[in-house]
Amino acid sequence: MKLRANLIIGGALFALAIVVGVLAPWLAHTDPVLDANLMNAEEPPSWTWWFGTDDQGRDIYSRVVYGARVSLTVGIASQLINSVIGVALGLSAGYWGGWWDDFVNALTNVMLAIPSLIFALAIMAVLGPGLTSLLIALGLTNWSFTCRIARASALSLRSQGYVQAATVLGYGDLRIMITQLLPNMLGPIVVIGTLGMGSAVLSEAALSFLGLGVRPPFPSWGSMLSDARDQITTAPWLSVFPGLAIFLTVLGLNLLGDGLRDILDPQSRSRRT
Amino acid sequence: MTGTPLIEVEDLRIDLDDGSRRVAAAESISFRIDRGETFGLVGESGCGKSITALALIGLLRQPLQIGGGVIRFDGREIQHLSAAAQRDLRGNRIAMIFQEPMTALNPVSPVGRQIAEMFVLHKGKSWREANQLAVEALASVRVPAPERRVNDYPHQLSGGMRQRVMIAIALACGPDLLIADEPTTALDVTVQAEIIELMRNLCAERGTAILMISHDLGLVANVCRRVAVMYAGRIVEERGSADIFRAPSHPYTQGLVDSLPRLGSRAALGRNRLKEIAGVVPAITNFPAGCRFNPRCAQATDICRTVAPEATLLEAGGFVRCHHHA
Repeated sequence: MKLRANLIIGGALFALAIVVGVLAPWLAHTDPVLDANLMNAEEPPSWTWWFGTDDQGRDIYSRVVYGARVSLTVGIASQLINSVIGVALGLSAGYWGGWWDDFVNALTNVMLAIPSLIFALAIMAVLGPGLTSLLIALGLTNWSFTCRIARASALSLRSQGYVQAATVLGYGDLRIMITQLLPNMLGPIVVIGTLGMGSAVLSEAALSFLGLGVRPPFPSWGSMLSDARDQITTAPWLSVFPGLAIFLTVLGLNLLGDGLRDILDPQSRSRRT
Repeated sequence: MTGTPLIEVEDLRIDLDDGSRRVAAAESISFRIDRGETFGLVGESGCGKSITALALIGLLRQPLQIGGGVIRFDGREIQHLSAAAQRDLRGNRIAMIFQEPMTALNPVSPVGRQIAEMFVLHKGKSWREANQLAVEALASVRVPAPERRVNDYPHQLSGGMRQRVMIAIALACGPDLLIADEPTTALDVTVQAEIIELMRNLCAERGTAILMISHDLGLVANVCRRVAVMYAGRIVEERGSADIFRAPSHPYTQGLVDSLPRLGSRAALGRNRLKEIAGVVPAITNFPAGCRFNPRCAQATDICRTVAPEATLLEAGGFVRCHHHA
């Protein structure tokens, strides 16, 4: 029953983050950017200011709620880009083999050798800060694990009877990859994708913390942490709440990934029974 | 035998090239199959029957390749066709079913969809039409309640049902030739008989020729009008299937026929052991000179060890490749 708990808690946390992001305009008490009022600066958490206020008197609760939009958009979209790139490269490499496989392997090794955050930093430095460049930077730097897994699955699925049968029945290569190989490798790809979303949320926080993410004054959890750095002793709530939001979202995604793996991977399923 | 045969193989040679050397895995393969005819290719594992079938549908992969000869399908040479042109033939005009119905269906796709895909792929139908045709195809292979079964996944079907689905997929586009590679090896004997019967009836109705590949001489002789026996990469004998049982000419075929268990034979012959063919099949890299069966042949003489026998035409039709044929 432990595996069910993973899935339920993880799914609930992730769903909560999505709901909060989607419903932000209704959930927030004030506008996260415009409602600055120096009269209310650095209020500690109270019934009026649930998560307290920052040095410009903006409501932290509202900013955390709106920040969910950035973090989740970046987490989900950049991981989708990663998954598409990784699956396209890995699947075709594993299925076709030959020089293409060697090339993709070499590329994957290079990507694995460069710390992805450093690479993302380099891309951001070229593109300049902002949401779009954040998506591109994170979307181009984290596909190597997906690629590895897609390639390994394609290699083993390639020799399956139904893949050979499809060849004999006149399926083209692309059709075989999409109808025969892809659906059969989706399990591990989804798991890796979920875990990758968690790390993308963290990377977004890190890049925003470094000032390369979403431009202030618009809130993202990472940039809120960055702003709160100076006041961590005098106004700890400034860093605690965005930190907690990151923590719970990433925890939720990781639990969800674990839970999905238990369900989707037939091997771990049979081990448990 | 009138008009152009459906498929005609002339002096086909299949090479095994591992980079350092090149050996013939099969050579001097010649046979023809007429429209609607049933033709059997029999031999033990590794004799080259399956790679011959793969050569016909253009699916030999490294290290195997066609080393020479001609394959003519419907009067057209197909051994050097482009990949796209061969893909057009496969599934559409030449279809194939395999011995493992357990693994030959995609586990994550409903069987109806897998049948329907053939219509979409080769006949350009819309999915809506194709799904309708899939139900009909499933009904034609006598799967009960086909309109419900189309939504089943392969794991929900029994082995026999899966093989029926495979047949439905293979025959979906009304191919001219159905290659059946050991189609019933993985099935129970009773199911085996049903499947063979079904395959034979459907093909007879539609005028589809069958190339049946098996190690089971009895089964093949039952289904096919003519049978070719392969040994170590060569066809050693090709005859009408009744003749081959009655009076096998090649010593290897004689050995095969003698090694079949027959009901009542024990009492009639006064012995209780089946006959066997002494020795083992030679390795592909180490075929003996002359007739390849000579080390295992009781009638072998000096000429058998040096000169490969040519095909000798038999009066009753067919040929045999033996210096001492009966």
